[in-house]
Amino acid sequence: MASRGRRPELRGPPELYYDKNEARKYVRNSRMIDVQTKMAERAVELLCVPEDKPCYVLDIGCGTGLSGDYLSDEGHYWVGIDISPAMLDEALDRDTQGDVILGDMGQGIPFKPGTFDACISISAVQWLCNANKKSDIPAKRLYRFFSSLYSVLVRGGRAVLQLYPENSEQLELITTQATRAGFTGGVVVDYPNSAKAKKFYLCLFSGPSTSIPEGLSEDTEEEKPAESTFTAERIPYRIARRGVVRKSREWVLEKKARRRRQGKEVRPDTQYTGRKRKPRF
Amino acid sequence: MRLLTHNLLSSHVRGVGPRGFPLRLQATEVRINPVEFNPDFIARMIPKVEWAALLEAADTLHLIEVPKEPIQGYERNEEFLRKMHHVLLEVEVLEGTLQCPESGRLFPISRGIPNMLLSDEETET
Repeated sequence: MASRGRRPELRGPPELYYDKNEARKYVRNSRMIDVQTKMAERAVELLCVPEDKPCYVLDIGCGTGLSGDYLSDEGHYWVGIDISPAMLDEALDRDTQGDVILGDMGQGIPFKPGTFDACISISAVQWLCNANKKSDIPAKRLYRFFSSLYSVLVRGGRAVLQLYPENSEQLELITTQATRAGFTGGVVVDYPNSAKAKKFYLCLFSGPSTSIPEGLSEDTEEEKPAESTFTAERIPYRIARRGVVRKSREWVLEKKARRRRQGKEVRPDTQYTGRKRKPRF
Repeated sequence: MRLLTHNLLSSHVRGVGPRGFPLRLQATEVRINPVEFNPDFIARMIPKVEWAALLEAADTLHLIEVPKEPIQGYERNEEFLRKMHHVLLEVEVLEGTLQCPESGRLFPISRGIPNMLLSDEETET
């Protein structure tokens, strides 16, 4: 956002950071409008709503309604919630088509269960991770937010939350609370190798688990090599070798192959390898 | 704030739960704002509408021509859908209050924006 140096989230609560001046600058900054609209576009893409079906969408941290305008352009109806009165005033001046509400997402989303078909959020959820009052506990606020979001979405509804996590611990805190609230899903990272273009989208599903889309990256021509899964599981050597009976032909052949790999001199495998010998042998 | 939004809003004050609905509406300033008619969207929102709350709100705002209940085959009845479209999306409350039925807490509406901010004691943990 505006200043170099510290992240805006560390300078105080959002309702104070986004005062009249900041709100006015925000909505007149063409680069800001461009970036926010692009992220809204990507978020709606990740929502995978069926084409030509107007949805009722919740926009969390709607601010000046930049992302909401994109939703309206796509034919959706939306309700926005934001904590900064100054930003919402700018939204009013821009005559947005969705209704906006002054509220704190960490206190819960004040709607009936099963209200919204989908939810997006652009650059907002990371504000929950910093405690601005002594009484704030980020984990609790995050859980309150996610559990109420789970409730206000229809069953099988999706939420795509674009955010700027400060570090991996923050991202993990957020995803843990989302999982506790009952969501499945994952994080899609666009342009992971670029410091400036890198964007995180937390994709959450409130129904049965589905696969998450791939993140965008610069080199789309080359085929991505099949990735191996990294697990912390360690199988003891004994149990891995349990299938093979000791002293059998199979065991002998395996041992010979192992020694060949080690570079030692091994007799060639023939029809006599591991053959049962007479007892006198 | 449109009547569709009002119909779906619920109080999230601590301890209130499912009884935080519907919020009682009092309006001092109302505006009619034409909105493009989309029958698909209206038809899909009809099942979500709480009719008693809608009728009460429409009554408070002195609206006429409000259907008393969803009629059979409403998806294809354009007249019904148009009436619902007008009531749900074209009537905006600019100034007023919303009251939580269980706790009595008032949420003011200013310039069309309801203020749903809670104090620390009122927030559910």
